[in-house]
Amino acid sequence: MSSLKRTSLIRRAGLYCFGPIPVLFTVLFAMVSTLHAQEGFKTETSSGVTNIRIAVADFKPLSTDPQTASLKTTFDATLYSDLANAGIFDIVSKSLLPQSTPGSPADISLQQWAAPPSSAAMVAFGSFAIQSDKIVCSGYLFDAKNLQYPQVLAKQYTDVVTEDAARQIAHRFADEIIFRLSGGSQGIAETKIYYVKIAGPDKEIWEMDYDGANQHAITHLGTVSLSPRIAPDNSRLAFSSLGRDGFQIRMYSLILGRMVNFSSTGGTNLSPAWAPNGKDLAFSSSRTGDPEIWITDVNGSLARRITSFRGPDVSPVFNPRTGSQIAWISGRTGLPQLYIMDTDGSAVQRMTDGGYATSPSWSPNGQFLAFAWDRKYGPGAPGGQDIYVMEIATKRWIQLTHDTGRCDFPSWSPDGRHIVYANTADGKAAHMKIWTMLADGTQKRALTGAGGDMPNWSWK
Amino acid sequence: MNITQLKIRKTLVITTALIAIAAATGCHKKASGVDPNALGPAPAAPAAPPTASITADPLAIDLGQSVVLNWRTQNATVVTIDGIGEVNSNGTQTVSPSNSTNFHLTAKGDGGTTEANVRVTVRVPVAPSAPPAPTEGDMGSEAAFHQNVQDIFFDYDSYDLRPDAATSTAQAASYLAAHPAIKVVIGGYCDDRGSAEYNLALGENRANAARTALVSAGVPASRLRVISYGKEKQFCTEENETCWQQNRRAQFSLDR
Repeated sequence: MSSLKRTSLIRRAGLYCFGPIPVLFTVLFAMVSTLHAQEGFKTETSSGVTNIRIAVADFKPLSTDPQTASLKTTFDATLYSDLANAGIFDIVSKSLLPQSTPGSPADISLQQWAAPPSSAAMVAFGSFAIQSDKIVCSGYLFDAKNLQYPQVLAKQYTDVVTEDAARQIAHRFADEIIFRLSGGSQGIAETKIYYVKIAGPDKEIWEMDYDGANQHAITHLGTVSLSPRIAPDNSRLAFSSLGRDGFQIRMYSLILGRMVNFSSTGGTNLSPAWAPNGKDLAFSSSRTGDPEIWITDVNGSLARRITSFRGPDVSPVFNPRTGSQIAWISGRTGLPQLYIMDTDGSAVQRMTDGGYATSPSWSPNGQFLAFAWDRKYGPGAPGGQDIYVMEIATKRWIQLTHDTGRCDFPSWSPDGRHIVYANTADGKAAHMKIWTMLADGTQKRALTGAGGDMPNWSWK
Repeated sequence: MNITQLKIRKTLVITTALIAIAAATGCHKKASGVDPNALGPAPAAPAAPPTASITADPLAIDLGQSVVLNWRTQNATVVTIDGIGEVNSNGTQTVSPSNSTNFHLTAKGDGGTTEANVRVTVRVPVAPSAPPAPTEGDMGSEAAFHQNVQDIFFDYDSYDLRPDAATSTAQAASYLAAHPAIKVVIGGYCDDRGSAEYNLALGENRANAARTALVSAGVPASRLRVISYGKEKQFCTEENETCWQQNRRAQFSLDR
């Protein structure tokens, strides 16, 4: 059903693409037929095999401390949603699980979990207790089909007695399970999302866990701050902030917990992007009068310009796999389009063939670009601004959001399976919310209420 | 003939007259001599009226500077200066008035009251109203500025000046030429469609287009400062072309 819908949308795109460039039309039409034959391309969301069916038991409480029950509830819910969100599991609904609550390998009867209706291939279970003012949690992952040597994982965690610690333990255990069962790709349960929080006339930079929990402010600058970008090693946060001389790149140290120096120059300076080595920063600077892409070191020194075309050049992003290419948005031919080039400014390639394209994010494996695109941009045109993913090698694309209002600022998760983005159903900027979805457009859910914008997913 | 001689003579005349009157009226009582005690308090003492003078140096100051008051009185028992209070009969005092002040000195003595005045002018800087002539330091009024230097509006997703911008640019340039003290901030703005980052770059191009037009018309670039606000500061938020057009502008304001 969904593939039918996708194909028809693409065909419509081809039919609407008239105009002065018949070659493009032909290319697009060829693309449509290829797509029709191949059913699109695969993002990393689908591993090509059937998702592993996993059962997640509620952990067994092993202490009578009054806090145990509420913290264990938090832990159970977090672990379940981490595994459900991972995108590689077929998770057994809790209502289908056996009644028993095994707390240790001796307690579990695997046949019970392997049999219908749960029919689990893997079982995660364990115990949760508060002992001498510490959370002590034992987690196990068992292969339900291997009765002789079922143990895949056995982990023990100790942490302080807080709600946040209970959540973090669940994230760590979930990441272990995902790492083991996904063929070696790291989980994302411990990653963070940085974003812009709209507060009246001001915009501050906030941080939250990948699942929307633990939302809190990072900056208190009392001005408009935009485009947060976290360094690959999570040490610094680059963003752009409105001061007396307009927007300038600012730098916040998450280690020192304060602003650190970044040389400011003339003109408007916008949309920073970290190179994967953590040593270079690309951003849009109009110090020479026209907004161009520049690269500096992390202090704003050693500036070099890499584009020189009249018109806005903005929103650069490095290829995180190689660090040798940059995708960015340029208005050199009119409406903003998506381009890629080498970091020395050579080998410029236009990726989109029309419409209004903005906000690129490069997938961790280097193969895809996610971006916001209004394909038929203009007064009275149908459709809206949606999130798309393009395969760079072929320039084929798929549309991930449909008819949900204006979408913008996609950002890939470090495992390449998820995309976080901003959406406003009624188009009003103040109603922007941050959403997450799998990279194939499924499992969409909101992470924040109104007032969240410009999300940026940490690199690890 | 000096004052002392005059006074002596005057006293003599009065004394003589008094004796004469006393003699005339006292005849019927006693013809023999005059009892000096019967004449009351010393007839020679009627006090001279006080004298007073006050000066200020300098007579005109700028706001915040101070001025030295200097006063001299004679024959006064009580000397007061309005706003300062009772003071010595002769003295100096440093004052720092916040606006132009009349220092009013009153000297009261047995011989009467004498007053003296000095006016200290304080130059308070005031925003000049209508611009009479091009003068150094004159930024003209806010209203006159906006009347002559009008915002420039742009087409959708464009930062090219429209034909109607040419006349307003020429008018703005001539006004700025007549008011060389004015410095200008050019703000670049966009409507709320499209993406925030791209709109900030577009706003920068719009503000720069306006700046270039003014520089071509002869306004020194050093007097112009450019800030892009993109779609971060909207003039209105309705979703229609009238409002969008309002927001697609390069706005001029005085750079203070």
